[in-house]
Amino acid sequence: MRGGSLDRTIRGPFPTGGAHAFYTRPMRREVVISGVGAVSAAGVGAQAAWEALESGGPAIRPLTLFDPSGFATRLAGEIPELKARDFVPKSYRKATKIMARDSEIAVIAAQLALADAGLASRGSGETASSATPEGTPAIVPDRTGCQIGAGLLSAEINELTAALATSTDDAGVFSLRKWGGEAGDGAMGNLPPLWMLKYLPNMLACHVTIIHGTEGPSNTITCAESSGILSLGEASRVIERGDADVCFAGGCESKLNPLGIARLTFAKRLAPTGEATDPAAFAMPYDPSSTGGLPGEGGAILMVESGESARARDPEKIYAEIAGFGAGHSPMPHFPGVLDPEATGDFVDTGLRRAVRAALDDAGVSPDEIDAIVPGALGVPVADLGERNALHEVFGERLGTIETITVAPALGASSAGHGALLVATAALAIRHQRLPARLHAGTPCGILAGARAAGDAPLHNVLVCTPSLGGQVGALVLRRAGG
Amino acid sequence: MGCVTPLGHDPESLWRRLLAGESAVGPVTRYDASTFPTNFAAEVRDFDLAEHMGARAAEHAGAGLGTRFALAAASDAWEQAGLASRDLDPDRVGIYMGSGEGGHDYDNFFATSLAAWQADARSVDTAEWATQAMERLSAVLEIEQEPHVSISHLARAFGCGGPAFNCMTACAASTQATGEAYEIIKRGDADVMLAGGEHSMIHTLGMTGFIRLTAMSTRRDEMHAASRPFDRTRDGFVMGEGAGIVVLESLDHALARGATPLAEVAGYGSTADAYRITDIHPDGLGAQKAMAAALRHAGIDPKSPGPDGRAPVQYVSAHGTGTPENDGIETKAVKGVFGDQAGRVCFSSIKSMTGHLIQAAGAVELIACVLAIRDGKVPPTINLRHPDPECDLDHVPNAARDLSGEGGVDVCLSNSFGFGGQNDTICVKRFVG
Repeated sequence: MRGGSLDRTIRGPFPTGGAHAFYTRPMRREVVISGVGAVSAAGVGAQAAWEALESGGPAIRPLTLFDPSGFATRLAGEIPELKARDFVPKSYRKATKIMARDSEIAVIAAQLALADAGLASRGSGETASSATPEGTPAIVPDRTGCQIGAGLLSAEINELTAALATSTDDAGVFSLRKWGGEAGDGAMGNLPPLWMLKYLPNMLACHVTIIHGTEGPSNTITCAESSGILSLGEASRVIERGDADVCFAGGCESKLNPLGIARLTFAKRLAPTGEATDPAAFAMPYDPSSTGGLPGEGGAILMVESGESARARDPEKIYAEIAGFGAGHSPMPHFPGVLDPEATGDFVDTGLRRAVRAALDDAGVSPDEIDAIVPGALGVPVADLGERNALHEVFGERLGTIETITVAPALGASSAGHGALLVATAALAIRHQRLPARLHAGTPCGILAGARAAGDAPLHNVLVCTPSLGGQVGALVLRRAGG
Repeated sequence: MGCVTPLGHDPESLWRRLLAGESAVGPVTRYDASTFPTNFAAEVRDFDLAEHMGARAAEHAGAGLGTRFALAAASDAWEQAGLASRDLDPDRVGIYMGSGEGGHDYDNFFATSLAAWQADARSVDTAEWATQAMERLSAVLEIEQEPHVSISHLARAFGCGGPAFNCMTACAASTQATGEAYEIIKRGDADVMLAGGEHSMIHTLGMTGFIRLTAMSTRRDEMHAASRPFDRTRDGFVMGEGAGIVVLESLDHALARGATPLAEVAGYGSTADAYRITDIHPDGLGAQKAMAAALRHAGIDPKSPGPDGRAPVQYVSAHGTGTPENDGIETKAVKGVFGDQAGRVCFSSIKSMTGHLIQAAGAVELIACVLAIRDGKVPPTINLRHPDPECDLDHVPNAARDLSGEGGVDVCLSNSFGFGGQNDTICVKRFVG
């Protein structure tokens, strides 16, 4: 229904907590999640992530992608095996050579999401990992968008340094003059010609658009942990306003490289795990004694689709309706260069509070109608504090009794992939009508986030949100799709 | 509107020099580029944040160059919009930026990597790298490179608590950001949005990356005339830097507080080529679809004259990078969209003067469109001396065009296309109340 955007302009903000009860939600196009593709420390596939979360077995292990012994953090949620080649058409295999790890993750997650939704594309038929059943309906290029959140991609350290090492002076110091080279013979020539293209953040989306032939609205949102939620929210708006019928949407990132870990360390996001091999003592969400988070990699791409087209195909395959979306910004007191990292106090993530309230209003539900929350739960004390306090302002004392689903203790936090994995988890929980296990070795404060086993639970409305390094926040309300 | 560009640090200075057809291109001074195949760029010179935000500039000490550009542009835009003293609901004020990554702390980053390099094993000893990095690198400088940092600074400076996004869609980013911000206001999720982008890639690896892609001009002996979009002898783009930011506002909100709209955002289109990572679609199909979508939303039929008999759109601000590939295909795309009307449309590239501001380009070009509407004048494509049969539209060669005697400029399109096939077009119209 294209009239949605007009109706929205007259809505304005509705304060959560009662006023909305008198407010009739305007009719607008229904948007649903019809497919989930996830890549995480648990392996490739949403099923792998769900099984790891359900069984409560953490997928955190000592880092093997590089020797991390110079860093204080040496445990991570590393993807066990990543072979993008097996998830692209034969004609595109060569292109995987110019994919950074982040792009490989995205390409795999997108292929899985498309198949899961029961859809085909020009890039889905002939991959090594799967075959698309005959008769599978194909996406329409013009009506398909692609919104994949990403982070800064780190240049592969060996490749870059090998080139830099050819450009040093006699004292071993890097020489710009040698790098340029007067006669076109500069050492920079030792970098592959397409070097920079590999690391543009929009390459995740670009590879996906090229593989699957999607020509509709495309975007790459780069807001750290929030990227995936914001991308999914924006994708739902694109469909709602009629600019597309289906979107690849989510977020993926790998910061499991030396520069990535260095930056997360500088940003005070990581627990100093040292020689420890048991991850249980780290990333304890909302426990003031938590020493920091655990880095992960991966993310999720979901098929976001108009309700009518998903229902026409198979109503049973719909995971959930995207019922509400909100966004906001908060000054983050632990953000070096912006504010004093020590000035925490009773910090409330006001952006998260705004985003959550906006998402609830957008969904037309009161805080009392939320059955479970999938929060960021990073285990980073100041991020947790801001998040918990913001949620407390929205939910009041009920926050202590609403079930939460936490992902980071089991899989690590995968930066731009984190928010998208949270949404994928929420979608799976609604499908299974089940809460996965919760890992926690400590005592969370003021929020129901302590250790528990998996169990059945009626989940109708589920809130997803996460704080982010820069203070940008997105929140979504997913609702069980009614037949 | 506010901008920091190689041709001026505010829209009026930029506009004056665009109409005069000046080039901002000169030797790179930011680092020793003397031996680089491309040793020139359009740099922002003599920039001082305090001239734009007074003593408050001190609150952003340590911010990266691009972030400082953005703070300056946003301060000027905020003031022009009359928001400086307004009592706004912070939750209804958002930000959408297409900001690029900050520049690396190259000296220390390179030294770190080289110190850990094991020549025999042809690999970095990452344990040693980590030890060196934690000693040599600065937390603030590393975090300031994150692309969402400029928003964090802007949100703090202007008290924005509403929807906040950064997008990195390469050279299309700030047109995308402005278009997406327009959609956010249209759907009622915010009343006011700061929108635009900032970027500087005039640094060692930025220049290196584009040199290796052979995307930049290497006309070292004629650097001032190196940026020559649509010219038959064009050999690549010239790097620029800066920021452009506009205040977008819902009409109701603007009128209620007595603000004067500068122009109306009438439409926005975003598409993907879905073609190749390295090349644009040979017929510019994605570009055509982006322009067509923006025009459709604006209610303009590009293939018919406007109601007054003039061209349906008076000015199309070209992506017009000056690479051999882009300009011919973009010309083809404009012909595809406008059909018989294409020859009547002014279609110039200010990148001939400002250089290519990469992620910031689109927002600065949008500002030029708004000023074209105000003054009825169209900025030229300079350095266009050798007509290219592939680029045979009205590129406003070498001298600005005064259309004020012919009804002025009422409708503009601004195109931005990014590596990987990202296409964004925004349509702005004269505000007629």
